[in-house]
Amino acid sequence: MRSAIFSFCTDPETLGTFRWFACYFTTGKQWAFYSSFGTVLLLLAITAPAALAFGFGGAMAARSRLLPLRMLGKGYIALVRGVPDIVYFLFFVIALDQAFEWVRHKVLCPGWDQPIRQGADFIVCSAAKLPLGNAPQWVHETYGFALAVLTFAIVFGAFAANVLFGAMRAVPRGQMETAEAYGMTRRQAFRRILVPQMWVYALPGLSNLWMVLIKATPLLFLLGVEDIVYWARSLGGTANPRFTDYPHGDWRVWYFLALLIIYLLFTKASEVVLERIMTRLTHGQATTGGEAQRKAGA
Amino acid sequence: MSCWQTIQDYAFRSLGYGERLLPRGDFTLCQQVTLIGSGMIWNIYFGVIAVFVGFFIATAVALGKGAANPWIRKPSEWFIFVLRGSPLFIQFFFAYFLFLSLKSFSAVFDAFTSAWLGALVVLVLNTAAYSGEIFYGALRSIPKGDVEAADAYGFSGWRRFRRIIWPTMLRLAWPAYTNEAIFLFHATTLVFLSGFPAWQQRGDALYYASYFADKTFNPFVPYPILAGFFILLTLTVTSVFGLINMRLNRHLPQERREKLRLRLNLIR
Repeated sequence: MRSAIFSFCTDPETLGTFRWFACYFTTGKQWAFYSSFGTVLLLLAITAPAALAFGFGGAMAARSRLLPLRMLGKGYIALVRGVPDIVYFLFFVIALDQAFEWVRHKVLCPGWDQPIRQGADFIVCSAAKLPLGNAPQWVHETYGFALAVLTFAIVFGAFAANVLFGAMRAVPRGQMETAEAYGMTRRQAFRRILVPQMWVYALPGLSNLWMVLIKATPLLFLLGVEDIVYWARSLGGTANPRFTDYPHGDWRVWYFLALLIIYLLFTKASEVVLERIMTRLTHGQATTGGEAQRKAGA
Repeated sequence: MSCWQTIQDYAFRSLGYGERLLPRGDFTLCQQVTLIGSGMIWNIYFGVIAVFVGFFIATAVALGKGAANPWIRKPSEWFIFVLRGSPLFIQFFFAYFLFLSLKSFSAVFDAFTSAWLGALVVLVLNTAAYSGEIFYGALRSIPKGDVEAADAYGFSGWRRFRRIIWPTMLRLAWPAYTNEAIFLFHATTLVFLSGFPAWQQRGDALYYASYFADKTFNPFVPYPILAGFFILLTLTVTSVFGLINMRLNRHLPQERREKLRLRLNLIR
């Protein structure tokens, strides 16, 4: 917790409007609110590459010549169709937690003879608990966050797998045939020809996915992480003069308005950046976009 | 207690009929299926009305965005930008707290703080923005020849729009619009997770599913049940929209008719 940074904040009741707000916006709880934006950015920074990796693995599996692997990949891609993804979020958070504890239980406590599911309880030996019962608070928070990240990565990985699978199939067949004619193996052709060329086909889908990922970040709140929605709700609520130096009415509508605007700015900025990347990637490609660039330059 | 008895008690629990207390302890499969199915009534209610009302607003917004007059174009563009650029989850929260504060100014807003109206308004506006963008894209890709032919036949104004432009726009937009509708049905699960209170535990399907998951600490039963209900709902929506698609394309030769490709995805 950081204390107010301005020296005139010692007695809030005597302050004028401007100074009151200056002090209010620098209280310790407000800093917690601001740092929760860091949580969201951290989630994005970890989830985006992780989901891409999951997606790449899924798409490769779906293209595999081995039937079981192909079915696994196709099944993963089909995972998120027809069912609201929020269901997966709520499901995976509990299911993953229980899966980890179950595995640890099997490994760490082989002598345990009681059933794990007893009615409405899920009981593993205390050594298998995640995090351990005596772990400090930050371990609990980190574990919760890690579970949330993994959940996001699995769900968005399925979306990404769908996009990448489509992109791999969109690379013109002639390109691969040429590679074969040059005597490349399947693996070489995949690495040298398919992967470098697929991105331009994948980018529109991936951009869309990035936008959706940004807009899915408030769902962290539902996974039990203290994110921006959590803080906006708790800070915006009516503050009673008995418990705080800065009493105010119900300001939640303003806090959420601020979040709304921040998200708008964020998606707008992403849109501009993605547009630039698309222009660069299109350069020199055998697509209508690349052709248009070539003609404009000539 | 027999399963039939459970169905009688809980089939309309989400609307407040039947047994008052939710089951506690020793949950049977029948109870879970019935109660989650009961919650689906709300998902269908939100989805159907939002798609229906949103459709007309979306058409207006799409025409607005395509208009030459900046006084019409700019508001439409901003409407679409704001609602598509921000998370639906935050929109729900914002709307709920907005209605809550407006309540103190006028009693008119009382009803808006409950989910059946307040969340519906948010969903209508949200789908109007997403569909509006789809319709706008379709509007711009109407073949030039179609409009020129309409001019040549002496169509103008409202009649040209009603007979030529609007049907073509719908025809072109329909596959994307089908996805949007499915999307919207999926989005209805967010309602009771985002501020809007489930009065007397009358919630939607996800509300009951998470109730069971919390009580039994076993996500492997209620969530698959919920998934099953939603797959049924998705299939229903797809086939209804598929029928409309066939009607929209009935004048085209068989091989040129655009097939509906189911491309489901993503949260908004």
